[in-house]
Amino acid sequence: MIALLLRDLRLAVRAGGGFGLGLAFFLILAVLVPLGVGPESALLARIAPGILWVGALLACLLSLDRILALDYEDGSLDLLATAPIPLEGVVTMKAAAHWITTGLPLTLLAPVLGVLLSLPAPAYGWLVLSLALGTPALSVIGTFGAALTVGLRRGGLLLSLLVLPLYVPTLIFGAEVVRRGADGLSVATPLALLAGITLGAAALLPFASAAAIRINLR
Amino acid sequence: MVSSYWEYANPTRFMQTSGWLLPVVAVLAVVTTAVGLIWGFFFTSDDFRQGSTVKILFLHVPSALMAINAWLMMLVVSLIWLIRRHHVSALAAKAAAPVGLAMTVIALFTGAIWGQPMWGTWWVWDPRLTSFLVLFLFYLGYLALWQAIEDPDTAADLTAVLCLVGSVFALLSRYAVFFWSQGLHQGPSLSLQAGERMDMAYKLPLYVAMTGFGLIFVALVLLGTRTEIRARRIKALVARERMG
Amino acid sequence: MMPDLGRYAFEVSAAYIFSLSVLAGLVIWYLARNARMRRDLAEAEERRSRRDG
Repeated sequence: MIALLLRDLRLAVRAGGGFGLGLAFFLILAVLVPLGVGPESALLARIAPGILWVGALLACLLSLDRILALDYEDGSLDLLATAPIPLEGVVTMKAAAHWITTGLPLTLLAPVLGVLLSLPAPAYGWLVLSLALGTPALSVIGTFGAALTVGLRRGGLLLSLLVLPLYVPTLIFGAEVVRRGADGLSVATPLALLAGITLGAAALLPFASAAAIRINLR
Repeated sequence: MVSSYWEYANPTRFMQTSGWLLPVVAVLAVVTTAVGLIWGFFFTSDDFRQGSTVKILFLHVPSALMAINAWLMMLVVSLIWLIRRHHVSALAAKAAAPVGLAMTVIALFTGAIWGQPMWGTWWVWDPRLTSFLVLFLFYLGYLALWQAIEDPDTAADLTAVLCLVGSVFALLSRYAVFFWSQGLHQGPSLSLQAGERMDMAYKLPLYVAMTGFGLIFVALVLLGTRTEIRARRIKALVARERMG
Repeated sequence: MMPDLGRYAFEVSAAYIFSLSVLAGLVIWYLARNARMRRDLAEAEERRSRRDG
C-alpha cells in the first residue's frame, strides 16, 4: 500500500499540472477577494477566516476528479480492484496521496495568504492547525465523490454538486476554529468536532468509496 | 391473501396493487389537502401579532415536514434496495426525490415570504433555514446523479450509497449549523414543551393539511414508481429488439 | 367570500399561489411522464407481439 501511495505521489509530481493548479487558484482567490470587497483591513480581518477556508475547499475541489479518473481510463483501477490488497485500503491511499499533493501545500500556503487578508495575529496558529486537521476530511470525502462519478464522461461538474453539500460540516467547524482563534475565544469545542469529523470520515467513508468503485466497475 | 410485505416488492404485484390503490389515495389526497387549506385560508381568524400571515403556516409546516420525511423514506427504501435488491424500492426512491425537492422549495419560499413582514428580512442564516438550504442541495445532487448514469441498476446502487452517506452528513450539517448560529426561528411549531402553545383553531386545520400533504406524497410516489417500472420495461423490450 | 387579509394580503396570497402552482406543476409533470411511458410501453409491447407472430 505504501508502494501505491508512492506511485500516486510520483505520478502527481511528474504530471505537474494538478499539483500547482490548486495552489495558484488559492492564491488568486486571496488576491481577488480584497479587490472585490475593498481594501479596508478591518473588514478583511473579519472575513479572512471564512475566505481562507472557502478558498482551500474550492482549491481542493479542483483536483478531485483526477483522483481516480486516470486510473480508470488506463485500466489500472480494474487491476487494483482485483489485487490482493483490499479496495478500501486502495481508496484510503488515493485520498492520502490527494491530501499530500493538495491539502498539505494549501495548509502551508494559508498563513502567507492570511497576511494578504490581514488575518489577526492570534489566528495564524489556529488557521494552520484547523486546515491540517480539516483538509484530510476534504480529501476523503472528495475521494468518495470521485468514486461515485468515476464512470461518467462529464463527471466534473456533477462531482462538485455531490461533494459540496458533504463539505458543509467540515467548513463550518474549520472556519469557526479560526474565527474564534482570531477573537481570542476558546477553540476547544469546534477543534474537537473538526477532528471528530476527519477521523470519522477517514474511518468509515473508504468503505462507501470502495463500494461505489465496485459498482462502477461491474 | 398476502403472505408477506415483500410481495409488493415484485413489480407485477406492485402494479396490480397500486393500480387500484393509487386512485383512492389520490382522491383522498386532493380532498384532505383542499379541506385543510380552505379551512386554513378562509375560516381561521388572524393572529393578534402575526395578522393574516399566520395562514402561511398551513403551507409551511406541512411542506417542511414532508421535505424531511421524503428524505427519510428515500433512506429506508435505499437500504431495502441495497440489502434485498427489490427493484421497486430503488424506483420508489427515485420517484420520491422530485416530490421532496418541491416540498423543500415550498417550505423555503413560504418561509421567506413569511419572514419578510415578521422578521423584516427574506432570508437570515438561521440554523433551520440553513439546514433546509443544505437539504435542497442534497436533493439536487441526488437527482443529478440519477440523471447522469445510464445503466439503471448502477444508478440505483450509486444513488442509494449517496443517500446513505448523504443522510449522515445531512445530520452532521444540522448539528453544525446549530453550533454555528443561534437562530430567529421559533421552536418546533407543534412541540409540547414549547413556550407558546398553538391554539386549537390553528392546530386542527394544520393537522388536516399535514395529512393532505402526506397523502399527496404517497400518491405521487405510487404514480412515479409505476412510471419508472414502465420505463424499465420499455428499456428491457428495446434492448431485446436490438439484440435480434 | 375572500377573507380580509389586511396589510399582509400580498404575502399570504403570494405564498398560496406559489405553493399551489408548484404542487400543480409537480402533479402535471408526474401525470405527463406517466402517460408518455404508458404509451411507449404499449407501442413496444405491440411491436414485440407483431414480430413474434
